[in-house]
Amino acid sequence: MSAHAASLSANRIGALVLRYWYLLRGSWPRLLELAYWPAVQLLMWGFLQLYLARETGLFATASGVLLGAVMLWDVLFRGQLGFSISFLEEMYSRNLGHLLVSPLRPIEFVCALMVMSVIRVAIGLGPVTLLAIGFFGFNIYGLGLMLVVFFLNLILTSWAIGLFVCGLVVRNGMGAESLAWSLIFLLLPLCCVYYPVTILPGWLQVVAYSLAPTYVFEGMRALLIDGTVRLDLMAMALGINVVYFGLGLASFYWFFRQARRHGSILQVGE
Amino acid sequence: MNDIALPEATSDGFRSAPAMAAVAVEGLVKHYGRVIAVDGISFAVARGSITGLLGGNGAGKTTTIAMLLGLVLPDAGRIEILGSDMASDAAAVRPRMNFESPYVDMPLRLTVRQNLTVYGRLYGVAGLADRIAEIARALNLTELLDRPTGRLSAGQKTRASLAKALINRPAILLLDEPTASLDPDTADWVRGHLERFRQDNDATILLASHNMGEVERMCDRVMMMKEGRIVDDGSPADLIRAYGRDTMEEVFLDVARGRKARAS
Repeated sequence: MSAHAASLSANRIGALVLRYWYLLRGSWPRLLELAYWPAVQLLMWGFLQLYLARETGLFATASGVLLGAVMLWDVLFRGQLGFSISFLEEMYSRNLGHLLVSPLRPIEFVCALMVMSVIRVAIGLGPVTLLAIGFFGFNIYGLGLMLVVFFLNLILTSWAIGLFVCGLVVRNGMGAESLAWSLIFLLLPLCCVYYPVTILPGWLQVVAYSLAPTYVFEGMRALLIDGTVRLDLMAMALGINVVYFGLGLASFYWFFRQARRHGSILQVGE
Repeated sequence: MNDIALPEATSDGFRSAPAMAAVAVEGLVKHYGRVIAVDGISFAVARGSITGLLGGNGAGKTTTIAMLLGLVLPDAGRIEILGSDMASDAAAVRPRMNFESPYVDMPLRLTVRQNLTVYGRLYGVAGLADRIAEIARALNLTELLDRPTGRLSAGQKTRASLAKALINRPAILLLDEPTASLDPDTADWVRGHLERFRQDNDATILLASHNMGEVERMCDRVMMMKEGRIVDDGSPADLIRAYGRDTMEEVFLDVARGRKARAS
């Protein structure tokens, strides 16, 4: 690709990010919503953790396990939501047709959604990490470089799911919108956010180990409970994520092609 | 008026479109399930012309325009725009196209300026701030630039959509019902602006419309569609003469009700 083409591509990604930024900036309920629920979750789980620690001695040695899990789960959940909601904004506003006939390429569209996913996670979780320090003395930034590795792995999974969900919505219309909100919750029990994989029955452990986030949450527990850095788990997560992302991207393109074949792109709307 | 050169019909389809064509379509087919929306149409649109696509509801106009834009994939046939094959090289031509349709909106929460900024950047418009100011002046939008698009009246919104459609000075402009739901005064004003834009930029405009007065006034050529086929084709004056009528509205009714032209 020539430098000229590359720079145009960056301009188009930037243009779409700007479109979402204008929308966020101009709507305080949207901004508030980003931080509201993560904050409520953190406070609820944080106080529960304090209670359990006082009454049962649970978490006495690793007080951040529950709060770390809450925040890392939110990276996964909010990352996918940030990706999908930005896309759904185009459906709500009936703007998708304009975008798809513009010079914007599908891969640039995906890149803009990924950027917005990170921005929305940062806006939502930034204040929550400070709340965790203030209320519970838990500093997630204390995880150091491993936090970056956890984050990258979780955000990759969230994008893969986001790609699949957006494709599904474009092909099937707003009837599939609820999947954007709910599909990710299937992972909550299976990828062992709040408990170790060994709690699951044997056959379900096999399922859990096919999910990239499982390795991240196991890695987090290893770090917080045993002080062990499990790079092997992170490598597995990354390998699975590469496959997921490839499948997500392929499904996104396939659904789009199906939507164009069935003429459903012009029929999307609120 | 522009000279229109059509591809020549042959027993096995159409020969390659004339080199001068801005849009060349060969054997375009689209089915939705068992319904045939577009049934093997072929045409060429001359550069710098305004061509109308007419027909009743379900005639295949919107599907045809959607296929030209790449929003709908044809089941068969070939589309070439400004010399680029839309199946394999759409990216090359998209910066030189634009469109407006009642089936799509611009984000309503963004101001007109924000929308034009986003689209100007998507289309790689150089000197964007100046271009927005220029187009806002031309379309009487200067006072409305910082108003959310959703708070505009229908007429203002149409002008804002038109500003988006013209932001990149497109060589090809596709319009689906460009004056639908506008009062006669605003509609007349929009038509005047489109005609000036075509003249000043040597642009090619393809428009689908139900407004026969609009078609008669603006179009160099009209293609009449019925049940997915082009059933007649010519300048408004030629069609009116051929059907022995006084207006395009009467011609439209003749075509819709299956009556044939009296003379070719």
